[in-house]
Amino acid sequence: MSDTPKLSLDFKGLLCPMPVVKLAQAIKQIQVGELVEAIATDPGVMADIPAWARTSGHEVVSLEKQDKVFKFVVKRVK
Amino acid sequence: MTEKKNKMTLVVLSGDMDKVMAAYIMASGAAAAGMEVIMFFTFWGLKAIQRDGVLTGKGLFGRMLGVMNRGGLSAIGPSRLNMGGMGRWMFKLMMKMHGVTPLNELREACIALGVKLITCDMSMTVMEIDCEDLIPETEEPVGVAVMLEHANESSIQYFI
Repeated sequence: MSDTPKLSLDFKGLLCPMPVVKLAQAIKQIQVGELVEAIATDPGVMADIPAWARTSGHEVVSLEKQDKVFKFVVKRVK
Repeated sequence: MTEKKNKMTLVVLSGDMDKVMAAYIMASGAAAAGMEVIMFFTFWGLKAIQRDGVLTGKGLFGRMLGVMNRGGLSAIGPSRLNMGGMGRWMFKLMMKMHGVTPLNELREACIALGVKLITCDMSMTVMEIDCEDLIPETEEPVGVAVMLEHANESSIQYFI
């Protein structure tokens, strides 16, 4: 298991619900314990990604605002 | 008492663009979070799973209904300010300008995430809408008891 994300996604320009929809589809493509990273422009992801993780049972490793974009890393837990 | 599952049941009665959009957003969001999702389409809601460009109805009234209330995601208009289709055009344009995912893509996302689309048998009979008029992903029509069974074991139920 490494700390390098297995998948890197671009959600720039996407609005609710597509970031969580695309994240849910992407997480099925990686193994348990692996990471997926993404970049988004919708400020809604700051609240939505953690809520999605609590409901789906996955883990938000990091989530931060950098200039005008939002970057986050999620780990597949199950 | 039935044990509640991590499941959501949506009853979609409205065929208005804005309400159908809310329904597909909630369904795709819930399915993305790993929930089992059932969408039960009834009356005007059937327009949200009708194939584009299909004219429904067999008898005079049924055909009139099919012509005056066209179904399919490209034909349905907003619940307010539709103004004979102008509102629909304006909303679609505004959604595109802001990069909102169009209705057909939202529905495709729902289907890809395993959302189950079921329909009300009785309203299909009354409105003279056949299974062939609906998108192929739609399951066999059912009655209120089946919908209630899904709702009873769901932790979330919404009526739209």
